[in-house]
Amino acid sequence: MRVDAEGGGPGAAPKKGEERITGEVLLSIDDISLSFGGVKAISHVSFDIRKGEIRAIIGPNGAGKTSMLNVINGFYHPQEGTITFKGETRAKMRPYVAASQGIARTFQNVALFKGMSTLDNIMSGRSLKMHRNFFWQMLWFGPAQREEIAHRRRVEEIIDFLEIEHIRKTPVGKLPYGLQKRVELGRALAMEPDLLLLDEPMAGMNLEEKEDMSRFIIDVSDQFGTTIALIEHDMGVVMDLSDRVVVLDYGSKIADGTPDEVRGNQKVIDAYLGVAH
Amino acid sequence: MLYREAGQFKTSYAADQAVFPLREDRIGLAATLFAAFVLVPVFADDFFLSSIMIPFLIFACAAIGLNILTGYAGQLSLGTGAFMGVGAYAAYKLTSIFPETNIVLLVLVSGFFSAAIGIVFGLPSLRIKGLYLAVTTLAAQFFLEWCFIRIPWLYNYNSSGAIEVPQREAFGIIASGPAASALTRYFIVLAITLAVTVLMKNVIRGHIGRSWMMIRDMDIAAELIGIRPLYAKLSAFAVSSYICGLAGAMMVFFWLGAAEPSAFSISLSFQILFMAILGGLGSLMGSYFGAAFIWILPVVIRFAFPALGIDIGAETVQHLTFMIIGALIIFFLIAEPHGLARLWAIGKEKLRVWPFPYG
Ligand SMILES: Nc1ncnc2c1ncn2[C@@H]1O[C@H](COP(=O)(O)OP(=O)(O)O)[C@@H](O)[C@H]1O
Ligand SMILES: [Mg+2]
Repeated sequence: MRVDAEGGGPGAAPKKGEERITGEVLLSIDDISLSFGGVKAISHVSFDIRKGEIRAIIGPNGAGKTSMLNVINGFYHPQEGTITFKGETRAKMRPYVAASQGIARTFQNVALFKGMSTLDNIMSGRSLKMHRNFFWQMLWFGPAQREEIAHRRRVEEIIDFLEIEHIRKTPVGKLPYGLQKRVELGRALAMEPDLLLLDEPMAGMNLEEKEDMSRFIIDVSDQFGTTIALIEHDMGVVMDLSDRVVVLDYGSKIADGTPDEVRGNQKVIDAYLGVAH
Repeated sequence: MLYREAGQFKTSYAADQAVFPLREDRIGLAATLFAAFVLVPVFADDFFLSSIMIPFLIFACAAIGLNILTGYAGQLSLGTGAFMGVGAYAAYKLTSIFPETNIVLLVLVSGFFSAAIGIVFGLPSLRIKGLYLAVTTLAAQFFLEWCFIRIPWLYNYNSSGAIEVPQREAFGIIASGPAASALTRYFIVLAITLAVTVLMKNVIRGHIGRSWMMIRDMDIAAELIGIRPLYAKLSAFAVSSYICGLAGAMMVFFWLGAAEPSAFSISLSFQILFMAILGGLGSLMGSYFGAAFIWILPVVIRFAFPALGIDIGAETVQHLTFMIIGALIIFFLIAEPHGLARLWAIGKEKLRVWPFPYG
């Protein structure tokens, strides 16, 4: 697949089948404000993410995109506003609660477990689903091994899906950046999330790596039906992949709509496109 | 026979998970076990057992305990000596209260006391990291040492202030006290240390071990994947302290026979830490390498120089040992943080592709 900067045209992304988007809201952000001391990172932002869609969050550096993801998965606690996920409304939640509710993410600066292999990193995504207690673990043979093998099987499917069989046993610290990002996606997929948050998954990649990553994101969406929130700077990618786009600038929402609507929005052109190009 | 994986295909995930996937490694393991269970008992004299093998195994056990906490879970501790002391005093009190009970069982139970204390002193790790955590474990070290000195109940009000190991039996055989044979004590220590190694290897290759390493490598990401730092860190403290306590109890009951509070001082903590670092943080086999190296090096120096006709005093031996170990610690911290175990792995890797330089 080619990532076409113009997007939309014939031969572009196997167009996100509208049928997978039901219109049901999975996550809704209501009037969220977050500040650090005097710095206001997010002010009064509201938007929602529908089940099955790829929702892009864009904006210039420092706009508050990463902070927004941190709020969604419970790492930052907003001073104002609420989050409704799967119909449950909260002011804040602990990260492991978010994880157990089905929210997974990747990080802007790769946050892999450097001392572990690709396989173990992706296996770590299964942590919440593995329950054999300490005594079974010590014995290994029997229930602990059966559990490990069952999860290993799922992880191998992800490894096949991401085409990283050859680096299965490699310590992730030794991998090139592009592959690290791919392993990190694998780790998030291993959680079998309902909502996948991707923070600049293609930053620092060359064109070919970007094309691969775009393809994986579309396949995740199509094959697993996973809802995706995507932060990305490459406008071509955003226009190509996303169903709807929310635009942040200086912590405020300045636009929200389909890629075409957003692209035509004068505020967005001033704030973002004009600066970026 | 060449060291190769050629022709050895893994046909199942179970085979792929094997601890020693290569046949040559399994042969090496079998040879080591044969030496430990047959050759050493047959050929070694009491001196070799009591002064080299028994302490080596006990230190290896303690180094494994520390490695769980520092090497796998990434929490630096300087309190190992004191946690070993808790195990020793607990075993001493237990056997004073239950003199008829199998001493091996009591030694195994005593580890739970140091596990409990380890959890208490592990609580600060939920808030602080790295060097600051090391300082709180240092506080634990001094506080516990103070307890060993100031609470006479712990040493049964002996006028010497030391614990003296009474004669006790295990499975109908005298296992502790002056009448216990070196061979008996060797077998007990060997069995316990090997059991600890195997059980910990199993824990480490499963999801609990992964949760420790996740916390070590990137605690924020671990939390966002659903690991609760509270569980992961405190379980590492508990398991680590259990093993260290076990090693401390073995040290007094199956090796020294008596101990003063100073036996569990900060210098013991450092000795174990050096073993873990030299051997390789995050490697169980490395714990054996580290213990062997640090315990046996002074013995080698003591005998090597006279054998070469050079006369050196006991003090010089000690100084030489300190200098060599110090230099090696610095070397490993800078050049090869994964220690001897890593060098071993690199050596094997080279052998695997030999004589071709690239695999
Ligand atoms: N942990 C933090 N402490 C202080 N300020 C922060 C923190 N995280 C983010 N910020 C601030 O919040 C603003 C938004 O940052 P961020 O969400 O990372 O932007 P983006 O991801 O859109 O580039 C920036 O001004 C940044 O300095
Ligand atoms: Mg960011």
